[in-house]
Amino acid sequence: MRWLALLLALAGPAMGEETIVTGLSQSRVAITANYDGSEILIYGAVKRDAPPPSADPIEVIITVEGPSSPVTIRRKEWVAGLWINRSSVSVDAAPSFYAVATSGPIANILSQTEDLRFKITIPHTIRSVGSTKDAADAEDFVTALQRLHERDGRYRLDEGSVQLTDQTLFRTDVLLPANLTEGDYRVRLFLLRDGRVVDSQERVIGVRKAGVERFLYNLAHEQSLLYGVISLLMAVVAGWAASAGARFIRR
Amino acid sequence: MLQLYLPIAEVSVNALLILGLGGIVGFLSGMFGVGGGFLITPLLLFIGVPPGVAVATGANQVVASSISGVLAQLKRKAVDFPMGFVLLAGGMLGSWAGVKVFSYMTALGQVDLFVQLSYVLFLGLIGGLMFIESLRSLLRARSAGQAPIRRSHVHTWIHGLPFKMRFRASGLYISILPPLLVGALVGLLAGIMGVGGGFILVPAMIYVLGMPTKVVIGTSLFQIIFVTGFTTIVHAVNNHTVDMMLALLLIVGGVIGAQIGTVVGTKLKAEQLRILLAALVLSVAIKIAFDLLLQPDELYSLAAGVLP
Repeated sequence: MRWLALLLALAGPAMGEETIVTGLSQSRVAITANYDGSEILIYGAVKRDAPPPSADPIEVIITVEGPSSPVTIRRKEWVAGLWINRSSVSVDAAPSFYAVATSGPIANILSQTEDLRFKITIPHTIRSVGSTKDAADAEDFVTALQRLHERDGRYRLDEGSVQLTDQTLFRTDVLLPANLTEGDYRVRLFLLRDGRVVDSQERVIGVRKAGVERFLYNLAHEQSLLYGVISLLMAVVAGWAASAGARFIRR
Repeated sequence: MLQLYLPIAEVSVNALLILGLGGIVGFLSGMFGVGGGFLITPLLLFIGVPPGVAVATGANQVVASSISGVLAQLKRKAVDFPMGFVLLAGGMLGSWAGVKVFSYMTALGQVDLFVQLSYVLFLGLIGGLMFIESLRSLLRARSAGQAPIRRSHVHTWIHGLPFKMRFRASGLYISILPPLLVGALVGLLAGIMGVGGGFILVPAMIYVLGMPTKVVIGTSLFQIIFVTGFTTIVHAVNNHTVDMMLALLLIVGGVIGAQIGTVVGTKLKAEQLRILLAALVLSVAIKIAFDLLLQPDELYSLAAGVLP
């Protein structure tokens, strides 16, 4: 296989195939009671069958995307002297988490058309097809969504956080926040040269609740009445115990 | 340190902070006989708990601190059970109607404004009236040294109504219609505003029904147990928004706070107790009023899901 590729590389004028090989420090994250965020190491190498085909340096972009869900963005407006939520835009799907790590300034290493094609930067990941307002205004709402999520650490663009060694080896750490949503996190790795995507790969990190968290979540959804009664009983017992305890202390 | 991931709220919080929050609200609850729902919900929202979880879990916590408070009051025979049941009967009818109004306003899409305006209006009105009254009686007691006039012995048109009943603990012999109506009104507002209604019920019992302040606290708490217990179950079954882990922390803090609050409350004079509650209610009203009047830093806000 390798000699065939080599043959092709030699035969074609601009062949020099470059592919990406990757690894993750962990492919599963368990959310336990004391979960307080975690760091995932994403690393890899560029596999070449021939010397680099051009003088342009190779660049790497890594994205980590959490499960998407519909979101409503509301805006307060000044009506009759009061600031009240007036207009809103509903977005079909916005990722609950989105981190972009790059090996350089994203404007320099990624062309607009490639960004549009692979939906790499944050604005392209928010689908606002079914927004309820006119397009010009809806833009502001989507920008606000991005700004709010950037502020609470859910959306991140870390330019230059991918370390690239000898145009071959690369690595980065992606920090998953403490307020993580359960689901499959899609990791995408892009190899770029001259603003164009040369190769890409996709991996998945499964984020799941575990232990007590799993148990309580399942109980709340599958046995909701029992769950409610247990919650209530807990309150009754605690209320009684505190009263009894106080009486005991006073004696 | 001591971070804890909440399974339903899906956020990581500081366990000690939650214990402290529960303790403060429990303290106020034990002292004034208010459930504290109007305090715990905004506080939980502030630390990043989603609104639905904050309301439902807050209700669960209020059950515990109210029970703790009622048991403490029970030893002083400061709970008027017949009155509590009459208020509860009215309250159930009222909250049913309140939930209907709430869904109607949700359909209109202005439920936030409606809730905020009712908060400002009722908290402001009740807090203001109570503040003026208790300040006046406090000054009168201080200047003349004479006991304030006992309202319960003043006969008004209320005493002319039919279906009279004796409320021994409150020292009242009145028609059950006013308490039933008070209960229904409080239930209506509680259903709309998503709170237990203690802060409305307590002043209403003092000023409208003429009950002695010491009995009011225990009786109000007794009624709140049922209202919030009912709310907890409804939220758990329909919305799955009760977070047991969060509730446990709030409860442990809350029941301890409630016991301390009860002890502090009995050391204070009735007028002092009323003026403090008035100040608390007023400050919440003022805070919400400012939120409505001043331009917020961030005009945009996010809500999960698609609004109707």
